[in-house]
Amino acid sequence: MTTIAAPAFYEQTWDLSYRHALGETTSRFLAGLAEGKILGRVTEEGRVIVPPRAFDDRTHTPTGDWVEVGNEGVVEMFTIVAEPFRGLPDPPYALAYVLLDGADTALVGYVKGIDLSDPAAAAGKLKQARAVVRFADEPTGTAADYWFELA
Amino acid sequence: MNHVGIAGFGQTKAVTTRSDVTFPELVREGVDLALAAANMTMDQVDAVVYPLAPDALIGVNNGERWVVDAIGATGKPFMRVNNGGATGMSAVLTAWTHIASGLFDVVLVAGADRVSESGSAQSVLNKMWDVGYERTVPLNTITMLAMSAQRYMQLYDSDEVDMALVSEKNRYHASLNPYAHLQSSITVAEVLASRTLAWPIKLGDACPSSTGAAGVVMVSERYAKEHGVEVAWVRGLGQNSETLFMGDRVGPKHVGDHADADALAVAFERAYRQAGIVDPFAQIDVAEVYAPFSSVELHVVEAAGFAPKGGAPQALREGKFRLGATEGPVVNPSGGTQCTNPIAVTGTIRVGEAANQVLGRAGAIQVDGARVAVASAIGGDHQFYSTMVLSTDLEEI
Repeated sequence: MTTIAAPAFYEQTWDLSYRHALGETTSRFLAGLAEGKILGRVTEEGRVIVPPRAFDDRTHTPTGDWVEVGNEGVVEMFTIVAEPFRGLPDPPYALAYVLLDGADTALVGYVKGIDLSDPAAAAGKLKQARAVVRFADEPTGTAADYWFELA
Repeated sequence: MNHVGIAGFGQTKAVTTRSDVTFPELVREGVDLALAAANMTMDQVDAVVYPLAPDALIGVNNGERWVVDAIGATGKPFMRVNNGGATGMSAVLTAWTHIASGLFDVVLVAGADRVSESGSAQSVLNKMWDVGYERTVPLNTITMLAMSAQRYMQLYDSDEVDMALVSEKNRYHASLNPYAHLQSSITVAEVLASRTLAWPIKLGDACPSSTGAAGVVMVSERYAKEHGVEVAWVRGLGQNSETLFMGDRVGPKHVGDHADADALAVAFERAYRQAGIVDPFAQIDVAEVYAPFSSVELHVVEAAGFAPKGGAPQALREGKFRLGATEGPVVNPSGGTQCTNPIAVTGTIRVGEAANQVLGRAGAIQVDGARVAVASAIGGDHQFYSTMVLSTDLEEI
């Protein structure tokens, strides 16, 4: 006769590493960050896409000219994160999509330099606010080299 | 094309954790419950479509290999479908094409999920965004939809109470549903007092991490008539996709707005056109729509044509969409995705619940006299949309 056992568990961790090629367009955008520039690319229809992509998803044609857009813009949407998620940064932090002056699409980033202890109060300050891009003093060559602050 | 019907829907009671079964054993429960609901056996199944969301959520690489025995597919044609949150419905659409094409008469769609076995779900989901541009920011499915909710509030002068109205309705519905994961009702005040996850989304607005299995058996019109099988008829279906970049859904030249579900509205319209629906509010009795957070249901019911853009909160305040409502469709009588979310089969459950309603098999959550139902699902970065209209008969809707 077999014994009825308590349920057993097996614990595992996936530890995976990758080295992703970012391609010419993304690489040029990231290089621009080190110079304090936010770069976009212009589509056949004249849309300025930021962050820049090598092609336009609407017309399925290659994008063309590079343009530098403004370092200021409007917060189009945001959230203030209060919950910790395993593997992601500790809260609180604010994220926003900012439509930079001269761009037709919005760029995502952290919004730093605001008191987030009361999310609803912080939301009042972020809603449709003007924001400015800040650049890292010591660039890492990644998209972490910029963030936003309220203008 | 051949008409296709849903002969049976089965599901387990959704819970946080199941320690009495392995993952394949859980999948087999979904298979057996679906076959039992259709009064069929595995011998009658011609082909199997298996919904499974991202591998890392269950911690098994290509989990379809592990479950192929449990799902009864050995010796039969088999296909795995993964479409994020829309997976469970995309699998149903795949099965529909299998049958509508004339290739098969009986197709089983069944699967399971056990989201709570990983504490890293949001870290896994973060990995869907652009590697070079957006991976350094902790986007995940909660922050993605929190930004949509915030923008909806901004565009339509809405507030957190509007979201809480959805939660109150869905949790009431789920309290009547023996298969729902969250079965306790909640008040608007309790939702508002619950802790903030990603403002404006609070715990009371959010779906649980569910473990559960579900399945449907789909058959051709020929098979249903030959064997006298009662089915819910598929009358129309639609799909649509949206750009990955949320930042492209705002600004002066955007097409779809991230506050709304414009691409989903197109998918609904495609299904409605096939089904002959011109006034969805009047012609549809029940909707089982995919909305993992309260805020999502607001713009989904608008995309479904049940309220104008920004008008869902007012409709809720008037008592619409609730079990017992005197006009218009009841929305998510099961409590919906907000109360039960085993990701891989959540879309299958939406279709299954809709089928049960038009077949009069929904028990305590039955909408009286339901004849026409619509189901929908959303996957990826609020990005892949599926819709389906079902009815009791093949008469004009």
